[in-house]
Amino acid sequence: MKTLKSLAFVLVLPVLLVLWWAVATLGGASFFVPTPVDLVSTFVQTWVGERMFTDVLPSIQRLVFGVLGAIVLGVMLGLIVGMNRTARAITEPVFEFFRALPPPVLIPVLMLLVGINDGMKIAVIISGAIWPVLLNTIEGVRAIDPVQNETSRSYGISGFSRIRYQVLPSATPTIMAGVRQCLSIGLILMVISEMFASSSGLGFAIVQFQRSFAVPEMWSGIVVLGLIGVIMSFIFQWIERRVLRWYNGLKEVENAV
Amino acid sequence: MSSSSVVRAKVGKAKRNPSSSRVPYGLWGVVGIVVFLGIWELLPITGIVKAAYLPPASEVLGTLFMDFTLTAFWVAVGETLLAWFLGLAMAVLLALVVGLIIGMSSFLRRATNSTIEFLRPIPSVALIPLAVLLFGTKIESSLMLIVYACFWQVLIQVLYGVADVDNVAMQTARSYGFSRVQQIRDVIFPTMLPYLMTGIRLGAAVALILAITAELIIGSPGLGKEIQLAQSGGAIAGMYALIVATGLLGVAINACMRVVEKRALSWHASVRGENVA
Amino acid sequence: MLSSQNGTTGGRTLPEGEALLSVRGLKKVYRTDGGDIEAVRDLTFDLGHGELVCLVGPSGSGKTTLLKCIAGLLGATSGEVLLDGQKVTGPPKKMAVVFQEYGRSLFPWLRVADNVELPLKNAGVPKAERKKLVDEALEAVGLSHVPKSYPWQLSGGMQQRVAIARAVAYQPEVLLMDEPFAAVDAQTRADLEDLIRNVWKKLGVTVLFVTHDIDESIYLGQRVIILSSSPTVVQEDIIIDLPAERDQLETRSLPRFTELRHHVYAEIQKAKQGHRPEEAKTKFLTNPK
Repeated sequence: MKTLKSLAFVLVLPVLLVLWWAVATLGGASFFVPTPVDLVSTFVQTWVGERMFTDVLPSIQRLVFGVLGAIVLGVMLGLIVGMNRTARAITEPVFEFFRALPPPVLIPVLMLLVGINDGMKIAVIISGAIWPVLLNTIEGVRAIDPVQNETSRSYGISGFSRIRYQVLPSATPTIMAGVRQCLSIGLILMVISEMFASSSGLGFAIVQFQRSFAVPEMWSGIVVLGLIGVIMSFIFQWIERRVLRWYNGLKEVENAV
Repeated sequence: MSSSSVVRAKVGKAKRNPSSSRVPYGLWGVVGIVVFLGIWELLPITGIVKAAYLPPASEVLGTLFMDFTLTAFWVAVGETLLAWFLGLAMAVLLALVVGLIIGMSSFLRRATNSTIEFLRPIPSVALIPLAVLLFGTKIESSLMLIVYACFWQVLIQVLYGVADVDNVAMQTARSYGFSRVQQIRDVIFPTMLPYLMTGIRLGAAVALILAITAELIIGSPGLGKEIQLAQSGGAIAGMYALIVATGLLGVAINACMRVVEKRALSWHASVRGENVA
Repeated sequence: MLSSQNGTTGGRTLPEGEALLSVRGLKKVYRTDGGDIEAVRDLTFDLGHGELVCLVGPSGSGKTTLLKCIAGLLGATSGEVLLDGQKVTGPPKKMAVVFQEYGRSLFPWLRVADNVELPLKNAGVPKAERKKLVDEALEAVGLSHVPKSYPWQLSGGMQQRVAIARAVAYQPEVLLMDEPFAAVDAQTRADLEDLIRNVWKKLGVTVLFVTHDIDESIYLGQRVIILSSSPTVVQEDIIIDLPAERDQLETRSLPRFTELRHHVYAEIQKAKQGHRPEEAKTKFLTNPK
């Protein structure tokens, strides 16, 4: 009975919205808004089939490589800089500038420097998505409890061991917050780099539809993007819940006090 | 650390690492900037990177300073800031209202949760084609993207804030016959304020990103559009100069937001202090 | 214990080569914006093998500074610390530290058994032996039933036991404890005090126990070193001639306990008022007045 009730809460608003949409377009689709049935059939027509392989999967692949690259590089660099006070001081203004720089602005730059190819698109994603991970890693490492550090020192835990057993786990909550931002920036950059500078891919396809006024197809593309965003978000939350199980437990205990 | 901290507290900041702290922290930052600019200057000059693709720092900065004297530059900055401000303001207002309504009702919270979690991760840039269809290259295109993206940021924070309200305080207010408005003003709003400020700060950054993006991709008025024009017109140094200007704008906005947040929260702390007393 | 008190300043020292831990002329000066702060001026004392010595002193007497210098976590300005004749320049392998802030010293992402195991894992101890040491340590502190729990799921007293187990499993020669029971309630503190004495007796480890609690220092220690206020020197180094079998109720109600307590309390009051050992030389030896 309880799961039925939860299910009801999950579905009630979406169902109402879809019904309202269906009713609003009963008289026929407007130029801007297709009927729900139209949209579903267009969706299947457009995306289930060859386009999945020529446009969608390569886009997703570039996104995954870009985001993983940003995370790995960001964490590694963040560890090195974060553990050294002088390095932090030196890099802080420059990093803050790049963090404040809206990532899409680097697309023309990278087009010049790298040319228009897959490498460029992945470079664009990394160049924008790395900053939240990098800066959060630096902050996470910097803010490590000194008592923890002294404990490691007193037991002779140093070097790679210390990073693996103490520094990285301790900084993980902050790093994960950065990874979440990294994912959304990565998705934005993937779409934009394809809209702006590409002849294939999801973003490109959607822009093509819009330019040729194929409105239901355009909407279906928006839906695909939405689905990708949602799936990524769920995957991230699932991973975060597992990686940060200790942290969530700790916070629960602290808040209960 | 009781003993040594008492001793230290009497005299001032004790430096634990004499070696690295003889030089003040800020000075190292300047070194960093200089090194970065130095590398940027050398890469094209030594030919490691083609100067046509990456003009040296001196050339770019020179162009930037020239831009500062041009009205057209400041007009573009103003256009970007206008879109940023309007979009952010609308999003904050909307998110505040919607957030309060949803947050104050546990039924609504549960009913809207799935929809929020579904709509939230949808990238605002997915709406670009729609914006183009509806508004073309007018500022409304920028606003549509900005409002959509910022709304979710602020809404989530407002919901956190309302959820954080002390139940006992709410019950007390109700038992004293506070009207809805009074409840909101005196109980909910103070608790929610820090969260709202966080949301606004995050939203401010997102708003800038989307403003520039819309201008870059769609061509609505602003710095982003100028960048795109410079790029397609081959004015490479000019393009870089505008990009640097965008970064500086971002830094300025972040700094302003931090100040605003601090002010609002210190007011908040002093107000709360008085209320408690 | 054939040690002699070192003149007017300084604690008891042992003949050459007999001491396990030697502190000689330890001095620590902090450099600050407002000038130099001399936290510790001159500390000299020895710990023999298997001794349980308590360090007690007024607030600001550099107790923690001293402990960190001995532990190799802080460099001394001058003077030296010798462990087994070797100068201590960094955290030595045969020393383990139990910090006051157990919540921050234990790693919250590791379960209890993993926390205890970590220093051993890091030292390259083979798996089977690690398990044995961990199990024994947990049993010694009475926590065999919670190896899979996370530290933050346990009470304060239990968390400190985990920290003690971690130190014990490490099999150190010297156990340094920095006001370990200050953040724990009185009843738990009594249990933990007895635990320390049991662990000490069973393992024969040498313990240097820093505390601000006078009663605790007398109850636990074979010797109590009283520190002056900052800049710190040894105010006095007295031998606790209470019976070796100590009990919270019995021992604390002995008349001798009260005398010792009275004496230490008076000395600390003098230290707080700034009296230095040169001025108030009260050598309180083994026999009552």
